[in-house]
Amino acid sequence: MKVLVPVKRVVDYNVKVRVKSDQTGVELANIKMSMNPFDEIAVEEAIRLKEKGIATEVVVVSVGVQQCTETLRTALAMGADRGILVLTDVATESLAVAKVLAGIVAEEAPGLVILGKQAIDDDANQTGQMLAGLLGWAQGTFASKVDPQGDTVNVTREIDGGLETVALKLPAIVTTDLRLNEPRYASLPNIMKAKSKPIANKTPADYGVDMTPRLTTLKVTEPAKRQAGIKVKSVDELVAKLKEMGAVA
Amino acid sequence: MSALVLAEHDNSELKDATLAAVTAAGQLGGDVHILVAGAGCGAVADAAAKIAGVSKVLVADDAAYGAALPENVAPLVAGLMAGYDAFVAPATSRGKNIAPRVAAALDVAQISEILSVEGPDTFTRPIYAGNAIATVKSSDAKKVITVRGTAFAKAATSGGSASVEAVSGAGSAGTSSFVGAELTKSARPELTAAKIIVSGGRALGSSEKFHEYIDPLADKLGAAVGASRAAVDAGYAPNDYQVGQTGKIVAPELYVAVGISGAIQHLAGMKDSKIIVAINKDEEAPIFQVADVGLVGDLFTLVPELTGKL
Ligand SMILES: Cc1cc2nc3c(=O)[nH]c(=O)nc-3n(C[C@H](O)[C@H](O)[C@H](O)COP(=O)(O)OP(=O)(O)OC[C@H]3O[C@@H](n4cnc5c(N)ncnc54)[C@H](O)[C@@H]3O)c2cc1C
Repeated sequence: MKVLVPVKRVVDYNVKVRVKSDQTGVELANIKMSMNPFDEIAVEEAIRLKEKGIATEVVVVSVGVQQCTETLRTALAMGADRGILVLTDVATESLAVAKVLAGIVAEEAPGLVILGKQAIDDDANQTGQMLAGLLGWAQGTFASKVDPQGDTVNVTREIDGGLETVALKLPAIVTTDLRLNEPRYASLPNIMKAKSKPIANKTPADYGVDMTPRLTTLKVTEPAKRQAGIKVKSVDELVAKLKEMGAVA
Repeated sequence: MSALVLAEHDNSELKDATLAAVTAAGQLGGDVHILVAGAGCGAVADAAAKIAGVSKVLVADDAAYGAALPENVAPLVAGLMAGYDAFVAPATSRGKNIAPRVAAALDVAQISEILSVEGPDTFTRPIYAGNAIATVKSSDAKKVITVRGTAFAKAATSGGSASVEAVSGAGSAGTSSFVGAELTKSARPELTAAKIIVSGGRALGSSEKFHEYIDPLADKLGAAVGASRAAVDAGYAPNDYQVGQTGKIVAPELYVAVGISGAIQHLAGMKDSKIIVAINKDEEAPIFQVADVGLVGDLFTLVPELTGKL
């Protein structure tokens, strides 16, 4: 079974972004970019399936600007076999990306597509579900356990009330949650090896996809700031303060 | 303009998350209908019919919808959308699972986790863990929206007298089945509905200590218990306790953060709480930048003392 893993290049999770003063977006110049952390978990899961002899090949794909090649290289250094860059300078919306991925699925015929549950830049949490919808495949979102057995895969999902397990007919879509695994770091020899792994260059037009965004961002603003409060010196002071604020009886 | 709201329920009880979605749907300016898709969910439909501002309840009562499998529910919704301009779902794990699949079927973008309705096609939503708020305008003829529960008032659960109508869809798509659930059992209030939350972080050190120190304080306050990602990853607390960018978004009257550093991702889930109290031994911890009241010191002595003195 081939496994396809889409990866997104996003602002690193350690960066606290700043809103641009002209309210057109957030400051991205000279900011550290990384692979979306949930996508790292997806890559890791695919590689583990290959190590277990369940997956035969791990193909990674990124839709976006030329620098997404770096994101693909990171995935290749972790252990993916080859990459596909779908080059576009247009802001990527989930629906358009899902359509591109559906085109790639038609060509590559993977048994499983593993995606991150959300990208930490637009926090949309949509692409995997949209891809599943476009393909008519089953989806196991927010996965904390992925267990393929023959022609089905059991996925344990992190839901609001705890955990639930669903059985999905393959081929299927999985989106990762934080507890699925802990992604490995690429070793130096593997980083070197990744340099010679193939990356195919494509465009959305190759899949007949129009990337034109459906949403227009009118402005981007800062959230309301909280006033820093006070520090108390003792539990007694804390209790008194809470009573004064009416927070406890 | 008319909107169809997805009811959040467990086949016997209508969940509060539905009520904020109803409020948001009402702000779109037209009729608000609710879809109750489930199995043996008649009581939920009755409760939905009483919600103020709802004019019709559609009930799809079928074994295929009992576990809210998106493969089955999304086509049902997409079929019903011929008669609606907007599909509105609560941004719960269920809403997030189903709504994008509906959007794909309708060939429209989804607007996730809206914070406000600025007009029939314009909304605000958080990006970058809530460190920026985007105002977006949709050019799609139909809108698919998920609603952040903390951002909208809850519609009243009485006063409405909606008509109830049975609808049906294709039933099971045959691609997925429900195997089982392990739901966290707790007598405490539900995290997203609680007025007070006590959350514990990595500093607790073990599941035993988490229970030993956090639970009595929560019980004293009648509070729900939350946790940071680090505490959940380490197995001190179950996954559904996680508060943050990628966990639950909460905004209680009082949020007590115990041994939590205050990473951006955690703050994203709780910084709209009315009063924030932080107990941390590091006076430089970022949590103090958002705390109304901070207490610097060792939680293992301060928390029992606080529990005793409340
Ligand atoms: C993709 C992604 C998504 C994420 N999503 C979330 C999310 O949704 N929610 C979330 O919470 N995190 C999330 N995180 C993780 C986040 O970045 C932090 O790692 C996490 O919040 C840290 O948890 P913590 O504060 O418990 O632990 P730490 O950062 O280790 O903080 C522990 C704190 O306890 C204090 N302490 C230690 N001992 C004591 C003591 N005896 N008494 C008092 N204080 C003490 C320390 O001073 C420290 O401030 C996410 C990260 C990523 C990459």
